[in-house]
Amino acid sequence: MGKLKLISEGIIKNNPTFVLILGMCPTLGTTTSAINGMGMGLATLFVLVLSNMSISAIAKLIPEEVRIPSYIVVIAAFVTILQLLLQAFIPSLYETLGIFIPLIVVNCIVLGRAEAYANKNSVIDSAFDGLGVGLGFTIALTILGLVRELLGSGSLFGWKFIQGEGMLAFVLAPGAFIVLAYLIVLFRKVTANKA
Amino acid sequence: MAKESSFKSMVITLSVICLVCSALLGVVYSVTKAPIEAAELAKINNAIKAVVPECDNNPSEEVFEVDGSVVYPAKMNGTIVGYAIKVKASGFGGPIQMMVGFNADGTIYNTSVISHSETPGLGAQISDEIPTRTQIVGKNPASSKLSVTKDGGEIDAITASTITSRAFLKGVDAAYKVFVELQKQQ
Repeated sequence: MGKLKLISEGIIKNNPTFVLILGMCPTLGTTTSAINGMGMGLATLFVLVLSNMSISAIAKLIPEEVRIPSYIVVIAAFVTILQLLLQAFIPSLYETLGIFIPLIVVNCIVLGRAEAYANKNSVIDSAFDGLGVGLGFTIALTILGLVRELLGSGSLFGWKFIQGEGMLAFVLAPGAFIVLAYLIVLFRKVTANKA
Repeated sequence: MAKESSFKSMVITLSVICLVCSALLGVVYSVTKAPIEAAELAKINNAIKAVVPECDNNPSEEVFEVDGSVVYPAKMNGTIVGYAIKVKASGFGGPIQMMVGFNADGTIYNTSVISHSETPGLGAQISDEIPTRTQIVGKNPASSKLSVTKDGGEIDAITASTITSRAFLKGVDAAYKVFVELQKQQ
């Protein structure tokens, strides 16, 4: 399979947020603004690519019955590395994402790709699969954050251009569900003919 | 694809994976340790700088504790011009870590919120320069009633975030108690 196809599959056909509806906890929790959504998406992308690559490399050596604990240890190691790096070099992002960084360990997208793709395919293909799915997640979260930020606080990427308070509901949890639902409908409508 | 599982192979695999991962984490930890500490110190220093009058010492080097609260003294030519007192208040969504700065005479110089987990768009405004925070600047908790108007005080709460505003003012009050204790000790 072409590498580009692998990436576009992760973004469109297997989009974790709009098609697979996986990883809802960070999706709903961190997308109060476009920049937060993008940060969360990129953090997950980082872990996905590295964990996919290493799991695909060691999958053949792992006995069937302990594969899930092994994958989780590998994923947890990368998440902790990410957490330390963020804390050291981008403390502001680390603070806004807070508890959601360690929670990437239990994000079903990461384990899902390890189990469904990485342990059966080559290291390179797994890397591109991780990149595709990670980009799909990042794009979805950024759009979700963008819409919520626009409606909720009248700004885009922190740049405020509508004075006043905006519709607060969209910054809070109910707004996340409403916007996500509309985005899923829209996404499926647009991609219906291609799939 | 996967290897045949036996007790021995399972134990060996898991041990090796854990060993490699922890070694990797050890390396990353030692590399990031200094930058993390520097980032945290910078954050504290910025918070101190924002809440005390101009000073020529480094308050975070002369830190001491009073009643379990951390106090950073600000000095100009050796005389104390103010104190930054770090306190924790319980807000709506979790603890609010804040720094309250006093002039030497006990009036509030400024405040700074270090970390909080308040509702975005509502209580989270506590980290911005909002009236609830600017109103208390220059007041002395001994002579002014620093509580929200709903409780009979003279401070306007953040709209729809009375709990956060109360917590913030409680934090200021706790810091003032530390300040009074500090004056008694000297």
